[in-house]
Order: sequence, then structure tokens, then C-alpha cells
Amino acid sequence: MTNLTALVNNEQTGYQNFSAGSFTFRRDEYFAYIDYPGGEYVMPIDAFLKALMRDIAWGFFYGTVNFDNVFGTTNHYGNVDMFIGSMNEEYVNNGKDFMENFPSEELMEIFQAMLSDWTIEGFDPFAAPQETGTAWGPKNGNNDEAISRTRQVAQRMIGIPGDTEVRSDETGYTVNRHFKDVDQSQPVVDAEPGFEDQIHGFNLWAHLSRSDVTWNPSIVSICKQSLLCPTTEEYILPVEHGNDRVEWFVQVSDEIIWDIKDGKSSKPRASLVMRAGDVACMPADIRHQGYSPKRSMLIVWENGSPEIMDKIKDGTVPRVGVEF
Amino acid sequence: MSVEYKTTFASIDDYNKGGVQMVSGNIKDYVFSNVYEVAANAAPYERIVVAKNLVYTLESCRAEGESPWYTCAHDEFAIAFDYDIEVHYIKMDDTSFIDDEKDGSFRLDGKPAGQYMGKITLNRGHQALLPEKVAYSFKAAKPATLVLQAILGDESTEKWNDICLT
Repeated sequence: MTNLTALVNNEQTGYQNFSAGSFTFRRDEYFAYIDYPGGEYVMPIDAFLKALMRDIAWGFFYGTVNFDNVFGTTNHYGNVDMFIGSMNEEYVNNGKDFMENFPSEELMEIFQAMLSDWTIEGFDPFAAPQETGTAWGPKNGNNDEAISRTRQVAQRMIGIPGDTEVRSDETGYTVNRHFKDVDQSQPVVDAEPGFEDQIHGFNLWAHLSRSDVTWNPSIVSICKQSLLCPTTEEYILPVEHGNDRVEWFVQVSDEIIWDIKDGKSSKPRASLVMRAGDVACMPADIRHQGYSPKRSMLIVWENGSPEIMDKIKDGTVPRVGVEF
Repeated sequence: MSVEYKTTFASIDDYNKGGVQMVSGNIKDYVFSNVYEVAANAAPYERIVVAKNLVYTLESCRAEGESPWYTCAHDEFAIAFDYDIEVHYIKMDDTSFIDDEKDGSFRLDGKPAGQYMGKITLNRGHQALLPEKVAYSFKAAKPATLVLQAILGDESTEKWNDICLT
């Protein structure tokens, strides 16, 4: 059989290859090549690195992280599937799909090493396209500082003494170029003597206006297992997130268009246009990808309850948020 | 060319709701509503559930005038989505009547006895903690939209057919 594997010259580009089980990952100046027992799959390197960044930052997230409509990972919370075509009807129907399971820590370590080696100086896979350099070209330094950012996670609420700090100039978070008009005032707290540390408020919109990443929710408040996870979005969500549970969105500002496809087959299902104040639920059997023409503010609302994990495992997790 | 970007927010009296273009399936699956529209059509301090995940909720509430006093066994959070809303707090002398196992807030019989802790004045985008076992009350000079991160309770109202796209 003709060898269809792309010619990648690491001596010329300076990049390393990475292997995980039966998968081998290679990159050249423009593309990522994923070799698996059924063949080779190719992705643009910028799209690959942006998706890889989210998969790492989210710890393989809830459900499936589709890098595109062929390659991705599915989280089983402790172990993770990596696949080619398993969420693509044509691959599956023609027996061309391939999947391998890994301990999460093992695959995470490989992904982190690959992201570190393949992300060059000046390219920030978390950033909006206009706020970063390109991913292209031969090996040229790294950007470990950018890719090692961890998302801010409140233990109770942002800004409470001892909890995660509110973003400010002093803490290194400047107002984003798209949010210069967002009011930066803080709520007026008139606490009676002795109660200064018991009542608390902060400007969530201002906090968001200072987010230095896109499509990467942080956690600002926790009500038992209810996690309020706002984020700022610009351009395209770099993955198609395949839900294994329902997920709610509240659009705070501007507009996002959500492209909704079937979770397993990737057939189109719907398009949602969300504007300020809109609330929508992503069903548990879909995949979604957002387009944000201007940097916008979005609240992602998650339920981190272990009960959900049990329901996913026994197949009783609700497919929709509400039946009415 | 330098561009001055305008961030588009909305309010109880000025919102521009989006929508869903369906290819297949049921539009109800997306449980699509708008917090401003819900508040605009609500009675003062009626807490209408706009998002629900098992017992957890996000509730849209029309703040207008003074609310009753409430409390809750667990923390809740309030976000002012458009206009000014005051939150007043009282540390109650007696909290023994609060059932630790009971989820969601409930209404108190008038202003409770206790120490006044103070108030927070929220404007658009400001979020406040509603601490567990503390009594709280809202006050708004004109209709405003309040979104609560809460748990389904006595005060929660579900009216999905009225608020969602069908």
C-alpha cells in the first residue's frame, strides 16, 4: 500500500513528535498530523493548539471535546477516550473510527508536553485572534507563561477575604479593548461595625471586562454544587463541546450565535442567537460551538454535583433541562 | 483605524431578545427565555425560575419597592442586571427555626428581630452574597431585574410555558 503519511522534517522545524498509545502526533509549520492505526488525520496547527489548550485547561471538561468533527476526547472522569471519527456518522458507519482509552493523568501529561513544545513565542492559544501572534512557522521559543494560566476558581465568592481576588490593574488584569465602556464602579457596601467581613459584593461585569482569556470560564460563586462560571468570548469557540449533561447559558452582553449539532452524528440541529439577557439550555445529547462577533460576556452555569456523574454512568441523566 | 467598541447590555425596559432557528428536534429542548422579559412581566419579587439543573436554579426577579424579608439555610447570590437595587441584611437573634436540610429561601413573617448588619447598593452587573441564615430584603426605587443563584424552594415559581419559546 502506498505510504500516505505526510513528510514532516523535525530536523528542519525543530519540533518534537509525541505518542500516546497507538496515536502519534507530529507538527510542521502549518499543520498537526495525527497518525492512528487507520491512517492519518490532519488539522490546521492554530485550530489544533487552541482546542488542545481548552482540553487541558478544562481537565477534559464535561463530556466530549471535539477538536473538530473528527478528532477529540471524551471524559469518563478518571479515564479518557481519545478518538478519530467516533463522533462522526460517516466514520462510524464505514468502520473507519478508532478510539483508545487512557488514564486521564497519563494523557494530560502528554498533551501538556505537546502544547508546550508546539506553542511558539508570541502565540497565545487562549487569546482572541487580534490579540496574539500566529502559531505558524518553525520552532521559536515557547509561551509557557500563557499556556500555564489556570482558571480562577472561587471557593465561595470572588473577592471575599481569603478567596480568589477580584481582577484589577493591581492584580495584572487590565480592561479589555472591547470593554473600555464597561462601568468599573464597585457596589457601595455600608456595613455596620462588626459586620464588615460578613456582607460582600463586587462588580461582576467589571471583573469580566478584565478577563485576559477567551472561551475559558472561571468560577465566581458557589451555591452548594451550583457553579456560576462566567467567561468572555470572542471569535469562535475552538472546540465543539459535546455535552454529557445539560448546560445553561445566560448571555450578559452583546451576541453569540450557537451552532448546534447532534452529539453523536454531528448532523445539524439548530442555531441559537443569544442576546443580552437571553437564557438557553444545551441538551445533554448535542454538541455546540459559539461564534461571538464582538467580545461578549456569557455566564456558563454548571452543576458539579457527584449525583450527575452517577446519572451519566447509569444512563439516567436528563436529556433536557426542563420538560414542559 | 481605531475602533471604539460599544458593549450592548439590556434592561427591563429595553431588551432585544434573540431566538432559535430549528433544523430538527424540538425548540422546547433549549428552554429559551430572557431574564429582562421575565422580570418585565412578573409581579414584584416573584422569583421565576429561568434555568434549572436538578434542584439548582437561576431565578429572574422583578425588584420594585421593598421586598418581604427572606432567609435560607445556605448561601445564595444576587446579581443586579440593570438598575439600582439595595440589599439589606439582619443577623437574626434566633435562627433555630431554620432547617439545615431545607433547600431554597423562604419568606419570614415580617422584619425579624436582630442586629442590622448594613446594606449593599448594587448597580448594573454588581453581585452580592446572601449569606446563609442571614435575613435579607431588597429595595428598588424603580423596576429592576435581579437574577438569583439559588436552589428550588418555597419562593421559586416555574412557568416554563409562559416564558419560553415554544
